[in-house]
Amino acid sequence: MATAKDRAQAKAGSGLNDDIGEQKRLELYRTQVVIREAEQRAYDLFLQNLVKGTSHLSLGQEAVAAGFAVAMKKGDLSFCTYRGHAHTLARGVSVEKVLGELMQRDNGLMRGKGGSMHLTSAEHGVMGSYAIIGAHLPIACGAAWRAQYKGEKDVSVCFFGDGTTNIGAFHEALNFAAVWKLPVIFVCENNLYMEYTPISEVTAVPQPAADRASAYGLERIVIDGNDADVVYRTAQAAYDKARAGDGPSLIECLTYRHSGHSRADPAKYRPEGELDRWKLRDPIKIYRERLLQFGVSDKAIADIDADVRKIVDEATEACKAAPPPPLDIIATDVYADGGWAWRN
Amino acid sequence: MAELTYRDAVIRGIAQEMSRDPDVVFLGEDVAKAGGVFKATVGLYEQFGPLRVRDTPISEQAILGAAMGAAMTGLKPIAEIMFSDFFAVCFDYIANEFPKSRYMSNGQLKCPLVVRTGNGAGSRFGAQHSQSVENWCMMIPGLKVVAPSNPRDVIGLLAASVRDPDPVIFLEHKSLYATKGEVPDGEIVDSLGTAKILRPGKDATICALALMVPRALAAAEKLKAEHGIDCEVVDVRSLVPLDTQTILGSIAKTHRLFTVEENPRLCGWGAEIVSIVADEAFYDLDGPPVRITTPHIPLPAADILEDVVLPTPDRIAETVRRSLGS
Repeated sequence: MATAKDRAQAKAGSGLNDDIGEQKRLELYRTQVVIREAEQRAYDLFLQNLVKGTSHLSLGQEAVAAGFAVAMKKGDLSFCTYRGHAHTLARGVSVEKVLGELMQRDNGLMRGKGGSMHLTSAEHGVMGSYAIIGAHLPIACGAAWRAQYKGEKDVSVCFFGDGTTNIGAFHEALNFAAVWKLPVIFVCENNLYMEYTPISEVTAVPQPAADRASAYGLERIVIDGNDADVVYRTAQAAYDKARAGDGPSLIECLTYRHSGHSRADPAKYRPEGELDRWKLRDPIKIYRERLLQFGVSDKAIADIDADVRKIVDEATEACKAAPPPPLDIIATDVYADGGWAWRN
Repeated sequence: MAELTYRDAVIRGIAQEMSRDPDVVFLGEDVAKAGGVFKATVGLYEQFGPLRVRDTPISEQAILGAAMGAAMTGLKPIAEIMFSDFFAVCFDYIANEFPKSRYMSNGQLKCPLVVRTGNGAGSRFGAQHSQSVENWCMMIPGLKVVAPSNPRDVIGLLAASVRDPDPVIFLEHKSLYATKGEVPDGEIVDSLGTAKILRPGKDATICALALMVPRALAAAEKLKAEHGIDCEVVDVRSLVPLDTQTILGSIAKTHRLFTVEENPRLCGWGAEIVSIVADEAFYDLDGPPVRITTPHIPLPAADILEDVVLPTPDRIAETVRRSLGS
């Protein structure tokens, strides 16, 4: 079997029907555009004071979410961080439900009980977004353990940022997953900054995830996280490995967030010109060119763009019109009986 | 009916549930091949095999995180944290993850798991291996918190915890592992949120938990024999859910309340019970509620020092006697 690195480095074929094919390519493009448009809209709504609380956008990082999600099978499980809108949307959760949660409306994914940092849609395999750095890596191990124990073929995929590689749970989870040979994939989105500080200033090795892989007997994998084809192929190889019972993978995706860490961050700590250089490698720009190169028409691309814009516009209006959550949900679902009673 | 140690009751309780349900799995440090550092899991590995009884690295976050992920997706894990003091290194799961996932997801996620742990003092292990941390857990909405005082309750409450659909913190007392008690044959399943009156009495109610239960019972015998004071001893058993009705009912009869807590004084569970009683049974009381606790200090290691700080039968009896003015 080809290693993840081989697959990632494999050159795209000469026609639309190479190993990825037209249908998957259109899906990869559309998914990235959905994320781009929904995230941009979330930012605009924040400026209008309609998105409350915090929000952590994935503008510029769309290819990682799209590549992994499109390569998944139904039943595979995603575990996300507080920067999880992209991964949630990539699994097919509706834009309205995501924006509704950000806008704290009753039509939100969790009716406003979770908020931007905790998007969850179990029916889509989005098993939660976790806001304590590193917490979900061991949790993904547990879901993978269940699959292994029950002989089920689903894979658990855990997305996290570069900053996570310096917290204990990251190392506990990698060792645990390797020793138990679990069908879990750890995906580091290295966007160069842990919150406001360059990851290179606080990490002992140049590649914060990949350079730790050997400590756990894992292959060192660093890929271009702005090229959805590369991500897709790498993901497929890792899924194949996990489903074959050959254990976990750790994949470091090089990418860049176009906005600040959170809504409150203007990202003034970035050196001049850095953002412009990365925008030349904007994943959506790269992928539009890829589609054209494979013979997809300008019109077909424009149609996808227009369709997605319409969906996001309609979702925005639906959320603006939606009521806030009713007060009676404050005390529901604390315990499995549906309520909150702690005494008789 | 057989006489069983508290330690063997843990083994029997886990085995009972693992035999019943193949989705019950068990993980922790040294729990499988070695049978646990307290020998409270001996034989489970041999009986249920390496897929269901698993040794882990010393990675408390991985243990609890893995238990949670497994619980969310269909298993019923029992996770062991060797000493409850180690909750501090994996508290994220106890405080932020287990108890909030159902709520934050608006009921989409579940977390049916049990964390077993060795809690409490008496082993001369010093301040980082002796604490009573039940109050750390009780304060978090979404958790259930259980602490049995005898072998029969170990089996029954452990079974109830494994079958419960919520995350349960199951606090075994290290100093009780060697104690014995009568246990009926066959399956035992108790219910969470039920206190038990272990000794009826009419002069005062003493609420106690875990190791403090046998000490409260000994104090009650002493008070009866030496001073004719007839105490009712309530084994609280479950801090969440809390059986306030049994406690309030007892106070309606005795008109006095004493709590005996091993946890350090501030924010101990007894304070919550006193607060509930003050709110709801103030006019039933003939005198102030009194908390008997470990003082607000880290635990010392030396036996002569440790023995002084924990509530003893003598201290309990003397506090009750003085408070009742006998």
